[in-house]
Amino acid sequence: MFNHILLQTPVPRDLPLDLPLPKEVLIVLLVFSFLLHILFVNLMVGGSILTLWSQIKGLKDKEYDTLAHEIAETITVNKSLAVVLGVAPLLSINTLYTVYFYSANALTGIFWISVIPLVTVAFLLTYAHKYSWKILENNKALHISMMGLSVAIFLFIPLIFLVNVNLMLFPEKWNTIEGFAHALTLPNVFPRYFHFLLASLGTTGLFIFWYFGRKSYDFDNHFTTLTRYEIRKKAYSLTFGASAAQFIIGPVVLLTLPTKGFSWHLIFTIGTGVIFALPAMYWIWKGITGKAEDIANNFWKVALTLGLTITFMGSGRHIYRATALAPHQKLVEAKTIAYEKEVKKATEEMKNAPAEKPASDNPGEAIFQAKCSACHAMDVKVVGPPIKEMVSIYKNDAKGLHDWILKPGKKRPDYPQMPALGLSEQEINDVANYILEQK
Amino acid sequence: MDFPIFHLDFMGDRLLIAIIAVLHVLINHGLAVGFIPLVTWIEYLGFKKGGKNAIVNNEWDQLAHRLMTVAFIITTTIGAMTGVGIWFASSLVNPASIGSLIRVFYGAWFVEWTVFVTEVVLILLYYLSWKRSLGSIEAKAKHIKLGAALSIFSWITMSIIVSILGFMMDTGSWVENKTFIAGFTNPIYIPQLAFRTPLAALMAGAIGLFLTKLFTKNGSSFQQDSSKKIALWMLLMLPFTLAGALAYYFKIPELMIGNLPVAVGTMDFQSWYDLLVKFIIGALTTVFLIAGTVYFKPKLKIPTIVYILPVIGMLGFAGIFERIREFIRKPYVIGNYMYSNTLRKEDYPLFKRDGVLAHATYSPVKEVTEENKLVAGEQVFMISCSRCHTTRGINSVVDKFENMYSLKAGEKLNGDLMKNYIKHIENARYFMPPFPGNEAELGALVEYIKHIQEDGTPIDHQATSMR
Repeated sequence: MFNHILLQTPVPRDLPLDLPLPKEVLIVLLVFSFLLHILFVNLMVGGSILTLWSQIKGLKDKEYDTLAHEIAETITVNKSLAVVLGVAPLLSINTLYTVYFYSANALTGIFWISVIPLVTVAFLLTYAHKYSWKILENNKALHISMMGLSVAIFLFIPLIFLVNVNLMLFPEKWNTIEGFAHALTLPNVFPRYFHFLLASLGTTGLFIFWYFGRKSYDFDNHFTTLTRYEIRKKAYSLTFGASAAQFIIGPVVLLTLPTKGFSWHLIFTIGTGVIFALPAMYWIWKGITGKAEDIANNFWKVALTLGLTITFMGSGRHIYRATALAPHQKLVEAKTIAYEKEVKKATEEMKNAPAEKPASDNPGEAIFQAKCSACHAMDVKVVGPPIKEMVSIYKNDAKGLHDWILKPGKKRPDYPQMPALGLSEQEINDVANYILEQK
Repeated sequence: MDFPIFHLDFMGDRLLIAIIAVLHVLINHGLAVGFIPLVTWIEYLGFKKGGKNAIVNNEWDQLAHRLMTVAFIITTTIGAMTGVGIWFASSLVNPASIGSLIRVFYGAWFVEWTVFVTEVVLILLYYLSWKRSLGSIEAKAKHIKLGAALSIFSWITMSIIVSILGFMMDTGSWVENKTFIAGFTNPIYIPQLAFRTPLAALMAGAIGLFLTKLFTKNGSSFQQDSSKKIALWMLLMLPFTLAGALAYYFKIPELMIGNLPVAVGTMDFQSWYDLLVKFIIGALTTVFLIAGTVYFKPKLKIPTIVYILPVIGMLGFAGIFERIREFIRKPYVIGNYMYSNTLRKEDYPLFKRDGVLAHATYSPVKEVTEENKLVAGEQVFMISCSRCHTTRGINSVVDKFENMYSLKAGEKLNGDLMKNYIKHIENARYFMPPFPGNEAELGALVEYIKHIQEDGTPIDHQATSMR
């Protein structure tokens, strides 16, 4: 019996409150704020990986240790922006895809919430690493392992997010998925993970190219043997390599997506993104293979075209989600409307039902039934003492009983405290009279 | 609620949110909103004391920089992540309520977000450009202005969030007209803001005084001078905090009238309320004594450990106010709209008619039968109790009943009594929401609770929950 229900796709109700803004506006906010967020996440993750790599290389060549320090300086800024910029897409996806996002969160709950302590630790480690460069100069193993741990955390966190954004696409799996580890096996998690890592490396390559190439950057004060050109060439090569690999991993991402979200619109959008990447690849290649002084010639064109590629890819990501979820969203909407109708109907029925006959004609007894009977009975102790005991205490002290009901408290060590009931003066008198009548 | 249910059966879901949220509030108030104006002021004092030949007085400037280092590292790690953590935790524990809040407050939160982004950019600029600002008088003057701008933005961030907190306690006219403005201008907004602003400054002063003691040379005249300034800051904020606390204190019973029968402001609540008074007096007196001594008797030698007292006092003071705020919200999570079990008030007639299971998408059973009553009972527990109670962990439902009936070890719960109690629960305990389900579900719930009491373990069949 249970299995039968488990195999069905759950169709929950949505929150019966209107969207705060027109849907299209929310979608635009979601897509763009997410791209902005992921840009800085890419720089944070990519920057950490490059710092680690450069510092390890720096064990042999001091110049790379300096390079690592310089890149580490940027992580602090990029990670703060990554977090703060994440709030807007989080709010927007919560609003647009309430049912889907929260359900995915709940189904991977422990891992979802562990994002918070894990990232906090990773952040603290990046500070500890950055500010202990001199102090730990002679203990490189410890110093590098701080960054190592931080990178390990940064490499794990994306899996949690990818599991969530994947799971939200597949309500048909919600009844059968058992936690995070199981959800990792959704077909599209790992292809998207590698897609993300390559994007992080590619974006960070461009960032490094720009950062160390700025006129205001005092290059000669930091480096003696490494040249601006060498760093820029390495950075460009990283972007080139990572982007070239995307031409392989990208189709894998697309082909491992369940077909339910496919549309020509999606193919067209992603295809346009790919087309913009082609000239960028050409300009980067020209930069790497050309003369040293010409390496930066096309940088802004590269940044612009790759920026367009990312925008189209990000839009494609949304188009897939919208298409994949549209039929289920219709079901949810219908269910929500039907449910709200039932709520109205039940409320009407309750209003029109003949007023419930009070438990007794005696108003005191009716109040006793409603307000006191949860804790008091006639002959036996329930939570508080029985009526018989009350009568024996207060039979000649009606005012005493009245005052106690008005302002009760704790008299007996082995009984819990009695709460105040919020009765009116008339009600207190009625119920006190009723109690004292029981002999 | 119509989401898969996330449940922590040992620590309880409430505690998860409480830990994250309280940590966030303490850091936000003590190390950001109140602290940054203090640091900026100290930096300004160092600038003024620079004299003719120097841009700044180094001792003062270094103190300001060190204080800011502490604030910078903590706020951009634990502070920022607990802020996001509140979203994450509440989306797990109370998706229906946080989802509803976002739909009402999306605009406010979006504005908040833009202010917040500005705040983060400013804090990065302010802290990371400190060294560069020592290059010229103009650069330093600009840097101090940056600190002032940052102070303003931190305060605006808080002032927007406070509106949402106020809304959760008292929805004002929103329940009727459901507009954003009605939600934003809820009646408790101004008292809360008037209270939190000096509170933050005073917390920051307490932390600042303690750190200054650590960061300066013991017995030096600079230690005396700088501590004296911070003590002055605290003494100035003290009357405002007291006034704000009192305003808030007297506003609370008025608020309760909206939610609760008039006479209820006694006993259970009174015990919290009395505790609150003790905290107000205790913490503010400690602050007064220590700040007063430092200010009026700067030469007196006070051991470092004593400087911790105002910090602890102020953190406790702020913490107890958060606890009270949570407490007076009950039995609602969103005043008069959604109960703390995250079921809407207006859905109750339907639940009473059909039962909660019939409308619970994720429950494997939709109706109670003799065979499934434990599974059904568990589902009823998850839907109507588990947001606040665990089976055998913190705030366990079994413990609650055992204590209430004063059972001795080994005594069994009485199902009939429990049924009668749960049926009238909102009358017996005004902070509890009414039981939402029908008769059969009540029976199943009681069977389930009795089963846990006897067996010691929740049953195994947790199809869509407790993962």
